[in-house]
Amino acid sequence: MITHSNEILVGLLILVGFWTVQTSILRAAMGLALTSVLTTLILFQMSMPLAAVFELSVCAGLITVVFVSIISMTRPQNAEEEEQSAARRSRRYQPALLVAALVGLGLWAAGNAVQGMTPSTVTENVRDVLWNLRRLDLVGQIIIMFVGVFGVVVLFKDRLKEETGR
Amino acid sequence: MNASYWIDHFRLIACETGVLFAIGLYCVMVTPNLIRVLIGLELVTKSVTLLLGLAGAVTGHMGTAEAFIITLIVLEVVAIAVAAGLVIGIFKQHGEANVSVLTDLKG
Amino acid sequence: MAALLVILPVLAVVLLNLAGRKIANALALPVAGILCAAEAACAALAPAEFWSQAPSFLASLDLTGLLATAFSVDSLSRVMYLSIALVGLSSAFVARYNRSNEEREFRFANLLLLILASMNGIVLVRDLFALYVFLEITAVATLVLIVVERGRTAFEGAFKYMVLGAVATSLILLGLGLLFIVVGSTSFDAVATALASTKVNPLTLVALALFLSGLAIKGGMVPFHGYLPDAYSSAPSQVSVLLAGVVTKASGVYTLIRLVSAVFGNSARIQPVLLVIAAASIVIGALTALTQKDMKRMLAYSSISQVGYIVLGLAAGNKVGLAGAVLHLFNHSIFKTCLFVNTAAVEKEAGTCDMDQLGGISAKMPVTGTTSVIAFLSTAGVPPLSGFWSKLLIIVGVWQAGHPVFAAIGVLASVITLGYFLSMQRRVFFGKLAESCAGLKEANAWCLVPALLLAAITLALGVSMPWLFNTFLLPLERIL
Repeated sequence: MITHSNEILVGLLILVGFWTVQTSILRAAMGLALTSVLTTLILFQMSMPLAAVFELSVCAGLITVVFVSIISMTRPQNAEEEEQSAARRSRRYQPALLVAALVGLGLWAAGNAVQGMTPSTVTENVRDVLWNLRRLDLVGQIIIMFVGVFGVVVLFKDRLKEETGR
Repeated sequence: MNASYWIDHFRLIACETGVLFAIGLYCVMVTPNLIRVLIGLELVTKSVTLLLGLAGAVTGHMGTAEAFIITLIVLEVVAIAVAAGLVIGIFKQHGEANVSVLTDLKG
Repeated sequence: MAALLVILPVLAVVLLNLAGRKIANALALPVAGILCAAEAACAALAPAEFWSQAPSFLASLDLTGLLATAFSVDSLSRVMYLSIALVGLSSAFVARYNRSNEEREFRFANLLLLILASMNGIVLVRDLFALYVFLEITAVATLVLIVVERGRTAFEGAFKYMVLGAVATSLILLGLGLLFIVVGSTSFDAVATALASTKVNPLTLVALALFLSGLAIKGGMVPFHGYLPDAYSSAPSQVSVLLAGVVTKASGVYTLIRLVSAVFGNSARIQPVLLVIAAASIVIGALTALTQKDMKRMLAYSSISQVGYIVLGLAAGNKVGLAGAVLHLFNHSIFKTCLFVNTAAVEKEAGTCDMDQLGGISAKMPVTGTTSVIAFLSTAGVPPLSGFWSKLLIIVGVWQAGHPVFAAIGVLASVITLGYFLSMQRRVFFGKLAESCAGLKEANAWCLVPALLLAAITLALGVSMPWLFNTFLLPLERIL
């Protein structure tokens, strides 16, 4: 493994995060996908492969598709509007650097809050936990999928009728 | 990487979580573009995902943390899908996906 | 058995969607109504053993993990189940009253069932992460419900609700993650024992602060209340009924009560924060309600004020205050729902919620007028209605805990509450009949039944409170 791989990943993550918020909207969606990929790698390092794969396929995949769809459905700007808003945008996000630096330094200075902790030695298998111990969470996932289905129906279905006339 | 590695390097991910959260929250507060609000919220969610992962790595309860993250991802994807639908609904109604059109409700 | 409260509504949704189109459309709302009524009956009448047993006919299936007795039901839960059920039932009635077309009613009924399941889930769970799961489901379902009729301002209200809801959820998750690091588990018992031990880890304080901020946003407490009036007024009436009556209460206030009393410990550290938030909510909510022209927005600000009272009772930290807080939680869901049902009637019959355009409606809509008088007197805390008792308990509790200033604020704000409600009553219901209201007729039975039911409950509860006092107070001791 590359030495200091985690430090590199974390540094990249913060840089990409910055870039995402202040670049044009379509590139921001790409940036979001990139942060998902970096998060996936960090999760792999934490020996959580199942969660990492979920993050990759759902967040880097599905959510990026969702974002690109809505970006293309809402009216794109033409070239000169794009330049003006880009200039305004970079001014708007300059304080973000300061805010983030303050937060980061503050947290770093707070020190290592978990020194001397003794981790639990029980080996847990995620499949075991999810199916046996946290079954109610699975029920919750099923419920929210139903809610999502109705959400999509409510939000999108009538629109076709409205757009094509009664 | 076992738990003791993460205990020693706790600050790294904890700070990064805080920074990402701050960037995302700043984005949500500052932007006029509704889609960018959603992107900011997604960044915030990512920071929380990493914190949960760190929590699992540090306490040794990696299986539980993984289960949390998986459930979190499923819930959040539905939430973002509905939110995206709302943005499109606003766009169809007002012609612009911008905070400036959200002025009907006042007081 | 308690887990059935979550599973049955979901099962109903599955069955409704598998059935043929005509049958499903006709059955959807009645099924939702029946489930709510059943839940109300069970919550009010069934003994404790009924709740903790698993139904025998399901024992053969390997669902024991789900139907286990880990889901204990105490008095607070039963009060919440009863509130959820009654408000859900009223919402179903108003939905039928407000029906625009069959398809929309079908979608509403399904969403009502789903949000019923998730709110029951919030009350059911004894684990922080499971709590987050059901809070999130409730939030997303609420978003869809606000736009279910695609009203003119619905998308705007829903979007604002969404942004603040998402921020609140993230704060709660951050707190949860930090607590998980400190404690190693997320179940209520584990966290409670870990926090009760004397060593205070700074991570714990940060975690609690984050958690409480998230809950304050969800409950619509000052200073995070901005999105609430927009959401309530832009939603269709049957959804405003649900929102005001139960959703904000279950997600925000009930969760606060449960966590502060059972998990975080109602310590001297938390109380000053709660007191300040409570007082601010009471005062700002009441004062802003005075200036509103739209009925729904006024009721929304009034809700913010009443939530302040509930948190005030919690902040008192003693039995009396807590009893008052829980009773006020229940009362609020009853009288506020009644007021929103009345608003639904006015909105449909008169076509507007703008109080400047309405006047003298009581002559044309006597039942609506009367029930609204009863409900608002209860809100203002006028004896012998139930609102008086809960406010009395809260104020006495705060006084006994040694915060006379806050008790005085509670009393004064009650006077302001009386003020704005009198003004609303005078403008809308009594007084000269406005020209635009000349042709009004009373709302039909679908709207009157819930209004009468809720007004009757608040009247009956208030009148019989002296007798019920002990049976109510004693079970709550076990929560503290």
